[in-house]
Amino acid sequence: MRTPFRPLSRRGLLTGTLGSAALLAAGGSLAGCGTKGAQQTEAGCVSEDLSGTEKKLAFSNWPQYMDVDEKDESKRPTLDAFIARSGIQVTYTEDVNDNNEFFGKVQNQLAGCQATGRDIMVLTDWMAARMIRLGWIQKLDPAKMPNVASNLLPSLRGRSFDKDNQLAVPWQSGLAGIAYNGAVAKELRTVDELLTRSDLKGKVTALSEMRDTMGLLLQSNGHDPSNFTAAQFDDALNKLKKAVDSGQIRKFTGNDYAPDLAKGDIAACVGWSGDVIQLGFEDEKIKFVVPESGVMLWSDNMLVPNKATHKGNAEQLIDYYYEPAVAAQLAAYVNYICPVQGAQAEMEKIDPDLAANPLIFPDDAMLSKAKVFMALDEKQEREYEGKFQQVIGA
Amino acid sequence: MSALAHVPTGQSAAAPPPSARRGRHRFLPYLLLLPGAAWLLLFFALPLVQLAAASLYDPSGSLSTGYALTFAFGNYPDALAAYWPQFVRSFGYAALALVLALLMGYPLAYAIAQKAGRWKNLLLVCVVAPMFTSFLVRTLAWKTILSDNGWFVGVLRDVHLLAPDGRLLATPFAVVLGLTYNFLPFLVLPLYASLERLDRRLLEAASDLYASPVRAFRRVTLPLSMPGLVAGTLLFFIPASGDYINAELLGTPNEYMIGNVIDSAFLVRLDYPQGAALSFLLMAAMLAVVFVYLRRAGTEEVL
Repeated sequence: MRTPFRPLSRRGLLTGTLGSAALLAAGGSLAGCGTKGAQQTEAGCVSEDLSGTEKKLAFSNWPQYMDVDEKDESKRPTLDAFIARSGIQVTYTEDVNDNNEFFGKVQNQLAGCQATGRDIMVLTDWMAARMIRLGWIQKLDPAKMPNVASNLLPSLRGRSFDKDNQLAVPWQSGLAGIAYNGAVAKELRTVDELLTRSDLKGKVTALSEMRDTMGLLLQSNGHDPSNFTAAQFDDALNKLKKAVDSGQIRKFTGNDYAPDLAKGDIAACVGWSGDVIQLGFEDEKIKFVVPESGVMLWSDNMLVPNKATHKGNAEQLIDYYYEPAVAAQLAAYVNYICPVQGAQAEMEKIDPDLAANPLIFPDDAMLSKAKVFMALDEKQEREYEGKFQQVIGA
Repeated sequence: MSALAHVPTGQSAAAPPPSARRGRHRFLPYLLLLPGAAWLLLFFALPLVQLAAASLYDPSGSLSTGYALTFAFGNYPDALAAYWPQFVRSFGYAALALVLALLMGYPLAYAIAQKAGRWKNLLLVCVVAPMFTSFLVRTLAWKTILSDNGWFVGVLRDVHLLAPDGRLLATPFAVVLGLTYNFLPFLVLPLYASLERLDRRLLEAASDLYASPVRAFRRVTLPLSMPGLVAGTLLFFIPASGDYINAELLGTPNEYMIGNVIDSAFLVRLDYPQGAALSFLLMAAMLAVVFVYLRRAGTEEVL
């Protein structure tokens, strides 16, 4: 029996596929030799503002970072009030789960000066610094945001990545310090205790966010995280490495340390104030500690990316959240440090206990111990991050 | 066997001439391949070429200035020198998990295929059902089960299988266990498919010829289940050695596998050349393992 056509043999198919792949490879390498730089300039990537005609705004934020109605979780009181007052339709998306992941999400568009479909995105200091360095962020007009100009906490002004307060406006701030669960650990006061006390062995976690963990370690060595040398960094890293090698540190985490701390699987950790306060409401044995050597202050910042077409609307929303009454309402829900002066007085009316909490409204004594991590250039960032990742094992 | 060969000659006047028909049919298989091939080209071949190019970028480039393709083959030895322990660990954990999965999976597949009777479908559903929930959720569930203060660890401590301050979570044990659990269905299903086709009469014949049950298994059942066994072990081993979720959630930095390193190279350190080089090394290592394995197992059918 004759076959009407020569059947495609497996070998033939493989050779064909490999052949075309090789051809493509050759073509690909001829066509695009490497990648273009991601750096943008203000003149090279101009964005249009359609706020005058379009009453719209796309807002990307982290989960559980906006107040919701106690009875109906789909209602967001402060945001709904803004929509009603301004007539701007806000599309609120909780799609920032991790700075690095989010960077991966918008990187290709922003590197090519294209729209991301977002008008405001909320990112942590160091990521904001990176994007600003790459020229991906639009300048805001301070004249359109009088509340920000008058109410932003002094310690959050003139940060190294945004000297003129025109690019990044803090949404919420927080502290990175140490925390422990009193049910399984004795009182904890210093970073050194966390790294060496034998009763905590294997029950300690630290944050995989390099700036927070290393900032605390630098401080525990008596160095200043907002201005340190490579040698000082290496010293602090060695200290961390000893704790990892000895098995003192069990793992490095993101937000996921919180349930483990609550269960007692970990006894103590490097953690964030907001998480720990919330755990503390449910179980008063869980405590946040500001180490004597100092604590790290970070912020998540509202940024308007290039090619976002509603900058004017964004400025209105940012300014709205710097009204003390609105800021207090938000802070009462999220329990992070409120970056708005005057909100403390408003909070007295909502919840006097929260108004008196130094982890939401830090006093001067605490703020004097708080440092913001130095802004790094790309080379430093890769070097420090690489060394840190080696120690934490990834 | 083609229908064309059976066409009676008497009807050929009404049909188009055979040569024209042949012509049309010659392209048919390629036409049928087109959607699949286009998919492969667009989402596999092209990204692969891109990744290959990225692995040869000048490592001194950066995101802001861009990377130049300088055919920096040095990226490969550099990446291997920095992260060989994670490579070894990945294959070690995956191999260990494979052995455990075989010990559990083979009897399971055999029981479902040959002994389950009317429970067969239900048991198959039980194997597949966990896959209806997300991979992440299942792994997080193990985190709860193995928790330091959970009942499981509590019992092990009480019967002194575990030291009073011992733990399971955040140990290599937990990671290997997670791998075994998560990929077990990929081993069991192909095994089941080949064991189900096993002709019982062959076993009866073996025992008629005085083969002991063990010998009958070795000489009849095992060889006949080889295609399923080879396919199953590959489907298990390949994703298990590239996995990073289990090490991330159930392990510590000391258990991190090569997947964790690649993840951090691309997302955290933004060292694209190194991440790409590591990805290619992983791919090459797996291809080598698979090639040697198939050669030794001698099963053409699975390819």
